[in-house]
Amino acid sequence: MAKLITQRLLGVIGILLAMSILVFCIVHVLPGNVAYAILGEYATPAAVATLEARLGLNDPLIVQYWHWLSGMLRGDFGQSLVMERPAAEVVADALGRSAVLAALSFALVALGGVLLGVYAATHDGRASDRFLTLVQFLFIAVPDFFWSILVIIVFASWLHWLPATGYVPLAQAGFWGWLSHLVLPVLVLASGLVAHVSRMTRSSMLEVLESRYVLAARAKGLSERLVLRRHALPNALLPTITILAIDIGILIGGVVVVETVFAYPGLGRMLVFAIEHHDLPLLQAGMMVVTAIYALANLVADLGYAYLDPRIRFGKAAA
Amino acid sequence: MSVAALAQPRRRAPPRQVLVGAAIILTIAFLALLGNAIAPYDPTAFAVRERFSPPSALHWFGTDEFGRDVLSRVLSGAHYSLAIGFGATAISLALGVPLGLLAAFHRGAIEAIIMRTMDLLIALPPILFGLLVLAVTPPALWKTIVAVGLVYVPILTRLTRSVALGLLQENFVQAARARAEGAISILAREILPNAWPPIIVESGLRVTFAVLLGSSLSFLGLGAQPPSSEWGLMISESRQFIDQAPWIGLAPGLCLCVLLVSVNVFGEGLREWLDPRLIGRFRGPS
Repeated sequence: MAKLITQRLLGVIGILLAMSILVFCIVHVLPGNVAYAILGEYATPAAVATLEARLGLNDPLIVQYWHWLSGMLRGDFGQSLVMERPAAEVVADALGRSAVLAALSFALVALGGVLLGVYAATHDGRASDRFLTLVQFLFIAVPDFFWSILVIIVFASWLHWLPATGYVPLAQAGFWGWLSHLVLPVLVLASGLVAHVSRMTRSSMLEVLESRYVLAARAKGLSERLVLRRHALPNALLPTITILAIDIGILIGGVVVVETVFAYPGLGRMLVFAIEHHDLPLLQAGMMVVTAIYALANLVADLGYAYLDPRIRFGKAAA
Repeated sequence: MSVAALAQPRRRAPPRQVLVGAAIILTIAFLALLGNAIAPYDPTAFAVRERFSPPSALHWFGTDEFGRDVLSRVLSGAHYSLAIGFGATAISLALGVPLGLLAAFHRGAIEAIIMRTMDLLIALPPILFGLLVLAVTPPALWKTIVAVGLVYVPILTRLTRSVALGLLQENFVQAARARAEGAISILAREILPNAWPPIIVESGLRVTFAVLLGSSLSFLGLGAQPPSSEWGLMISESRQFIDQAPWIGLAPGLCLCVLLVSVNVFGEGLREWLDPRLIGRFRGPS
C-alpha cells in the first residue's frame, strides 16, 4: 500500500507539473499579447511597454515560467491585477466558500444517491422504481443553470422562502442567515449528481443481488436486511466510488455555473470573474488550484477503491 | 468475454426509446432547419411598445426586454445546440478513434505518448478546459464546439484502444497480418468495422454531455455571443428579468430540456440495443 501511495502521489505531481506547462502555454503563447489582453485593444504602445516590463514579459518564456513555478512553490501565486491583492489570498478566500458548497452537496449526493439506488434496486420493476427512473432521467438531462433559474423563480420570487442570490458570512448573519443562502445552490448542485449516482448504484446493486454469494447468504436463512447490508452493499458500492470520483469533475463544473447564477463568491465565480476581467495571474492560480483538487480527489478515490477491494492488482489497472 | 459477440451486432429491432428519441431530435433538427422561415416574427426586430408581453395568441412565448418575439428567437437559436452537440461529438470521434487505433496498433513509444497525453487532458475538469481555451481568445461558437469536442477525445481514445486491443488478438486479424496487409488496411478494414458498436454507443451518450457543456459555456458568456439566440445565452440574459418576465428564460430552457432528454433517451436506448454488458466492460475509467 505504501508503494502504491508513493507511486500515485508521484503521478499527481507529474500531472500538476504538466498542467502548469499547459496553463502557462495557453495563457502566454496562444493568444499573442498578454499586455493587450489586460489593457484592452485601445492601449497605447507606451502603456503596453510599461506593463510588459512590470510583468517581466520581455524575459524569455522559460525564465517567465520558472519565475511563476518557483513562486507557486513558495506560496506566491502572483498578484491579482484587478483586485490588487496577492492571488493566493483571493484564491484561498474563494476556495473556503466553495469548499462549504461542494462538501455539503457531495455529502448529499453520496448519501442520497446510495439510499435511492439501493431502494430502486430492491424495488426493481415496481411502480416506485419506474417513477424514480423517470425522475432521474429528467434530473440528469436538465442543465444546472436552468435548475438554478427554476428554483429561484419558485422559492425566491413566488414563495419568498429563501434569498435568491448572494452570500453572507457566518459570523455576520448567524447560522440561519448563512444557511439560507446555501440551500438553493446546494440543492441544484446535488440534484443532477444524486440522479447519476443512484442510477449507477441501482445497476451495480442489481448485478450483485443476482450473484451466488447473495444466493448463498439467503439460503443460509439470513434476513433480507442483513443480506443487503453485510453481503450485497459493500460490493455494490465499489463502482459507486469510481462514479463519485468522476462526479467531482462534474461537481466542479456545476460549481462554476451555480456560483455564477447565485452570485456566490467562490472559486468558480472567481474563475469567471478572472476571465471576464482578463486577470491572468488570478486565472492561472485558480486553474492550478482546481486541477490540484481534482487530481487529489481522483487519488483518494483510487486509494479508497484499492483499500476496499484487495483483489485489485494495480500493475494491470493502468489503462 | 468473447470478442466474437462484438463482431456480430445483434440483429434485432431498435428499442422504442431509440425511435422516440430519434423522432424528437429529428423534429427539432427540422424546426431548426426551417428556423427563420417559419418564425412568426423577425427574431432580431425590436418592438419597444411590446416589451415584456406575457405569452398570448400573438406571441406564444411572450416577448423579451426589447420586444423581440421569444418563439422566433427560440426557433432561430435551435441550430446552435444541435451544432454544438453533434459537431463536438464528431470532433471527438474524428480525433479519438484514429488515436485509439494508433495506440493499440503501435504499442510502445507511440502508445505511451498518446495515452499519457490523454491522461493529462482528462486530469483537467471538463469545464475548465473550455474556460481555459475560451478565456484567452475572444469567444466564438466554433471555438466552443472545438473546446467541447477536445474535452471528450480522451474518453473515445481510451475506449477505441481497449476495444482494438481485444480485436487485434483475433484470428481474422492474424490472418490479415499473414496476408501481409498494411497497418492502415488492417485498422480500417478488419478492426474498425468490428469495433464500432461500443464507439457509437459512447458517442451517443457524449452528445448529451456536449449539449450540456456547450450551453453552460454559452450561459457563462464564453460561447455564442449576443445578439445570437443560442438557448444558454438567452437563459443567461433573461436572469435580470426573472421576477418581471420569467417566460423569457423558461421558453428556451424548456426547449433545451426537451432536446437533452430526447438525446439522453436516444443514447441510453442505443446502449441497450447494442448489448449493455459489452459497453460496461469496455468503458473503463472515464
